[in-house]
Amino acid sequence: MSDSIAQVDGAVAARAAYVHIPFCRRRCPYCDFAVVDLSASSPSIQRYADAVAAEIDMEPAWAPLHAVNFGGGTPSALTPGQLESLIRSLSNRFGLVDGAEVSIEANPEDWTPEYAASLREIGINRVSLGVQSFDDDVLGVLGRSHTAEQGRQAVRAAQASGFETASLDLIFGTPGESLESWQRTVEVACELGPEHLSAYALTVERGTELSRAVASGAPGPDDDDQADKYEWLAAVAADRYDHYEVSNWATAANYCRYNLTTWAQGEYVAFGLGAHGHRDGERRRNVRRLDSYLDKIDKGERPEAGREKLDRWAREKERVFLGLRRRAGVAAGEAGGVFLESEPGMRFVAAGVVSLQGGRLVVANPLLTDAVAREVLALEPPKQ
Amino acid sequence: MTVPARIRNFSIIAHIDHGKSTLADRLLEFTGAVEQRDMREQVLDTMDIERERGITIKANAVRLEYPASDGETYILNLIDTPGHVDFSYEVSRSLDACEGALLLVDAAQGVEAQTLANAYLAIENGLEIIPVVNKIDLPSAEPERVSAELLGILGGAPEDVIHVSAKSGSGIEELLEAIVARLPAPSGNAESALRAMVFDSHYDTYRGVVCSVRVVDGEIRAGAQVRFMATDLVENADEIGVLRPAAEPVKRLAQGEVGYLITGIKEIDLVRVGDTVTDAGKAAGEALPGYQEPKPMVFSGMFPTDGDDFERLREALEKLRLNDSSLVYQPETSRALGFGFRCGFLGLLHMEIVRERLEREYDLDLVATAPSVEYRAHLTDDTTVQVRSPQDLPGPQVLADIAEPYVKVMIITPSEYVGTVMELIQQRRGEMGEMTYLTPERVELHYQVPLAEIVFDFFDQLKSRTRGYASMDYEPGDYRMSDLVRVNILLNGIPVDAFSSIVHKDRAYRYGRAMVERLRKLIPRQMFDIPVQAAVGSRIIARETIKAQRKDVTAKCYGGDITRKRKLLERQKEGKRRMKMVGQVEVPQEAFISALRIDE
Repeated sequence: MSDSIAQVDGAVAARAAYVHIPFCRRRCPYCDFAVVDLSASSPSIQRYADAVAAEIDMEPAWAPLHAVNFGGGTPSALTPGQLESLIRSLSNRFGLVDGAEVSIEANPEDWTPEYAASLREIGINRVSLGVQSFDDDVLGVLGRSHTAEQGRQAVRAAQASGFETASLDLIFGTPGESLESWQRTVEVACELGPEHLSAYALTVERGTELSRAVASGAPGPDDDDQADKYEWLAAVAADRYDHYEVSNWATAANYCRYNLTTWAQGEYVAFGLGAHGHRDGERRRNVRRLDSYLDKIDKGERPEAGREKLDRWAREKERVFLGLRRRAGVAAGEAGGVFLESEPGMRFVAAGVVSLQGGRLVVANPLLTDAVAREVLALEPPKQ
Repeated sequence: MTVPARIRNFSIIAHIDHGKSTLADRLLEFTGAVEQRDMREQVLDTMDIERERGITIKANAVRLEYPASDGETYILNLIDTPGHVDFSYEVSRSLDACEGALLLVDAAQGVEAQTLANAYLAIENGLEIIPVVNKIDLPSAEPERVSAELLGILGGAPEDVIHVSAKSGSGIEELLEAIVARLPAPSGNAESALRAMVFDSHYDTYRGVVCSVRVVDGEIRAGAQVRFMATDLVENADEIGVLRPAAEPVKRLAQGEVGYLITGIKEIDLVRVGDTVTDAGKAAGEALPGYQEPKPMVFSGMFPTDGDDFERLREALEKLRLNDSSLVYQPETSRALGFGFRCGFLGLLHMEIVRERLEREYDLDLVATAPSVEYRAHLTDDTTVQVRSPQDLPGPQVLADIAEPYVKVMIITPSEYVGTVMELIQQRRGEMGEMTYLTPERVELHYQVPLAEIVFDFFDQLKSRTRGYASMDYEPGDYRMSDLVRVNILLNGIPVDAFSSIVHKDRAYRYGRAMVERLRKLIPRQMFDIPVQAAVGSRIIARETIKAQRKDVTAKCYGGDITRKRKLLERQKEGKRRMKMVGQVEVPQEAFISALRIDE
């Protein structure tokens, strides 16, 4: 455990980069990320890739990066050539440390053995496959365009191409998904044996097709059902993986470094549509519309939509709120100390939801993390 | 001064929305008391809350001058009365200051119970009544039918009913002539020792207590020493005057006149509505009749949502009481709600108004407990205790029996709804009294009903069963023995006094069942299972469980968008801030309000 504490806490000093590739063949009904729907328009992907490269050049120089993550949208909508040139832009601008994690999210239907092999060649060493489920009916409800079989093949393709980390993204609690269906999905996932597993409870986000459906009476996800499924997964995965964050499981050497950086309140630069960065203690977000993004880049301006700099106390609380998501917890520090002495803090400790272990604040039941985080964020600064 | 023969003191009796304030505005305008350009709607209603609710809380007296067709100029004192049953004592005092009243009825609506109750009160007080039908220009107006209704109640001939449109001003002159011709001049004795009745009082930040007075005998002179007979206070009459409607000081107020009196008194408690003011030197032998101590009928605990606001609540109540001596309160401690006050009100409307003013004018977040009445518990040692809060009910080992207050309820309803009204009354343990057909279509019903059954949602029920057509009024009746028990509601094993209630034995199970089911739905799931129980004594009569919350976490951190996630959590926390801690359980404010609305 102390190894993993050193690893998760050490991420505060890491430097990461996030690159957003917004294109999707169609928008999934539950997704509220910045997405450009290719079924509705046909923008030039090459033009976007060039714009991102230009944005990378606008970012002040920095020391070499420890992790790069291509997220989406669908980064696998890019050709290996386009990805390679973006990686080169990053490496020219900042440099990459030896053994840097270079990760990409990919849809199983894109992830052919050939594509996988090409990406491995250009230096991508981690892939996160959006498998979601191994049940075709559930995939249908989620609006995904791949099959369970394509999901299996994609994982095997990643493994055959020598990726250091293959990760599966799963979604549980989709309306209509039975507990048995989920158990099968988890079994198949474990049999495939990826190094990393992410499992997300289907969430109804505002403004999505799913939220409109639920508002007009369609069944939505159910908390108890999702809790059952989460607990089942946690029990099964415990044999093979470290459960290192609320939604993430991995073998010891395969924690996602990019994500560790965000939870450790570390810094990351971010490029592309709607991307969020954190540098010099300041959080920055990009515009979410493609035309204004391209327009700003053309004018040589940063495509920024806003920034936020927290005061010292708010930042201290943010550190604890982010760190609590990790199973290793977070050094209690000042905000943790205030929390433990607060009325809600004492109540949570008494209820066994949170505890102090060797100076670290640890949430015993990850399913209740937000209940704790909410109280932490509401804390008043200690009176001097 | 004006000779009493040319003074007319009158008030307007009307149901809410029947146009009383508009008619008053028109009278002011017609007699030139207010220039047309200064008119704003409802000049006489001074508090915002009154303007919004369209009701008048504080009586006001305005002096008008009217040159009548007989060539004489008359002083008309228009005494505004509160419109609601909760303030019936104030109404009776205001009426006592008058010789006549206009009974104003909406030509489309007809007579309502409240109007009728006040009309009966006026008749009992010996007032001359002029029936007035308003809103005759409405398309739905039925002035003939409404006139017939009025004559059925008051007697008289069709030509006695005056038809007006307060909105357009038609019929106003005819009305003013009728006031002069048909209402008697004030009686009383100009030579006797001073007796003036205080029919209203209010607190002014700069002037202290301002009383509205009607001089019955003798006269008040500015600067004289006066004695308040009920409180036996002697004060200097620092200023006397009349309202036109702006205050205008005068040297004296003579027999029959109406005006205001300002002394050095700063506490409203010391000036009681109904009290008699006399000359300190040459005191009257007897006070004017009719004075009563204010008597609260309905009680409710008021607790600040945030315990730190207790002092602010105390200050706010003190300030409200400056202007409302009928509001009573005393500190109360609730295990569930912390420190607050048990407040007594004249009635439900009074309670709502006070609560709204506390929240609006003093920016307090309050939890109010279920309204309760004053029970009389007879103990085995032959003593009696007053029980204003369910918590105060003595235990079964010392309790002999309990009596509860009944009220006399009068309901006027279209005859087609008589059946459903009777059904409602039966559910509320009421007893049928007289039933009179005002016209073939409208019925006046009388009942005796426990007040406790009225304070819940009786009025709303009555309205919904009669599609809003029925109106009601009530007055205090006697105390009667009833088979009552206290139902306690326990949350996680802790009795929540705010939810406990004294109810009839036959209804205890239903109350308990309804409360626990409601609370299970209203209280969000928390970190542990929460039993919700209803109990009579140590016997549990109903139980539900709020299952522990199992999931309270968002899956992702939105691709590095920490700000959004943090703000979402902060917003959610803001929503939870309005929760009240009951032991270890977070109870939303909403639960306190909604849980107490029990549907039939």
